[in-house]
Amino acid sequence: MNLRSFRTAAWLGWKIESNWTDPFLFAVYSIIKPLAGAAILVVMYSVITKGDFAAPLFPYIYLGNAFYMYVGAVMTGVSWAIIDDREHYRTLKYMYVAPIRIPLYLIGRAVARFLTGSFSVLITIVFGALFLHVPIEAAQVDWLLFSVSLLMGVVLLALMGLTLAGVTLLLARHSDYLGDAVAGGLYLFSGAVFPLDVLPAWLRPIGYAMPITYWLELLRRSLVGSVAQAFPTLANLSNGQLLAILGGMIALAAVVAVITFRWCDHQARERGYIDRTTNY
Amino acid sequence: METAIRKNTGWRLFIQTILGRAYPRVVGMSREKSWLFFDIFLPMLSVSAYVFVYRAIGAPEEYIGFVVVGGAMTAFWMNILWSMSSQLYWEKETGNLALYIMSPTNLMAVLLGSLAFKVQYALGSFWQLLLVFFLAMTALYGMGMMTASLFLLLSREAWHIANLAQEPIYLVAGFYFPIKSFNFWVAAAASIIPLTLGLDAMRQLVFPSGPALGFLNVRVEIFILSGLAVLFITAARILLRKMERLAIREGRLTESRR
Repeated sequence: MNLRSFRTAAWLGWKIESNWTDPFLFAVYSIIKPLAGAAILVVMYSVITKGDFAAPLFPYIYLGNAFYMYVGAVMTGVSWAIIDDREHYRTLKYMYVAPIRIPLYLIGRAVARFLTGSFSVLITIVFGALFLHVPIEAAQVDWLLFSVSLLMGVVLLALMGLTLAGVTLLLARHSDYLGDAVAGGLYLFSGAVFPLDVLPAWLRPIGYAMPITYWLELLRRSLVGSVAQAFPTLANLSNGQLLAILGGMIALAAVVAVITFRWCDHQARERGYIDRTTNY
Repeated sequence: METAIRKNTGWRLFIQTILGRAYPRVVGMSREKSWLFFDIFLPMLSVSAYVFVYRAIGAPEEYIGFVVVGGAMTAFWMNILWSMSSQLYWEKETGNLALYIMSPTNLMAVLLGSLAFKVQYALGSFWQLLLVFFLAMTALYGMGMMTASLFLLLSREAWHIANLAQEPIYLVAGFYFPIKSFNFWVAAAASIIPLTLGLDAMRQLVFPSGPALGFLNVRVEIFILSGLAVLFITAARILLRKMERLAIREGRLTESRR
């Protein structure tokens, strides 16, 4: 039942995400948005440094921003399904009475966003490597570390999304894409687009407490090790130590996600929130 | 005995519609205040990240001010996209649109009512700044109403188009850097979005180094913004009527291609 819930939800999510237009327009849509997001940072960097793309800070910013797209994509994918099914399609109550596992259904709904997010990340990185001298060389990449880190990150983000989905069960639809809003908020603390040392000392502990910080560091090290180690923030930690920290944090995130979702789900059932429509 | 109901017409009906549409939003927002966290606090953190990017690359302090002003204005753009342009699509999906069309009122008022209390406003004291802000907002909301009329005809693609019009617009309108960073023709083309010139003029008026980084003279920008305000409000009025008629004729008001 678990696998069936996940697989069917993934198929449904893909249909919802992709079949609103023809494949060409969908591809254009999937390219423009991430490239524009990256271009904002490129222009900001270029204006101030007069186009010094060879400095190690540029690939640090560029790659951090590129992989951070996964954060919004996966978290939104999982949590938006609550609002979408409850208030747009008004099918959440039917999902609840169907023989499926709701957490796996929600994670399955995020698969489509993960796939489109992967496309965006890939396009952004290829563009950076081809036109902006981001120093990625296939022979130098630690593919094993990259694959393991990416997989761990996706699991982590799905769990964070599940936590947010639980909270969303109790919230009205004031705004759209809560996952993007939360990802935007965490952007500040994760060291995605600047080293944590730039933050005021009293804010840095938040960054160190966030698993995304270690995940992004691992991805940078796997793709361009020399650049990632040019910044002192996490330089004293080995790859193995970073993986161990990330693994521990994922375990903690799993416990938090399960407890939070169960509690919120129970509250939503008790208060009759499963089939409500808000914010007319 | 029946109670006599006073039936408003003209501008009274317009105002009544705005208040009537805003009412459920205001009540909903005051009942549950999670939006304070998700719509105000978190976006502030997100904008702060751009401040620290400038710090990391050693930018002059006024660039940080540029980000703060640009970041504050993103609230208005998001408001236009999600609470105005795509509003008619959402009304259609939830089944309210047909009721609005049937009622003896104006769609512009419905759109204005849907905006209530969704934005945090930040005004300066300088009269020219106020004028720029007023003109930019008028033109922007006119543009929002105009694009809402197109959304009247769209179905699920409306959602994705609104979603697409975020980062590319932040980029071309210079939300986080001076628009002068682009070449003249790119900046000129981007000026069709009222926030481009509005932001540029506000930055010129607020920051000491603003005029040096400005795209056009503030007076010229005020003149263009005035023209855009008139153009967009007029176009919105015409297009909303046309699109409403077209949507009725083609049976799209109650259509839900999910």
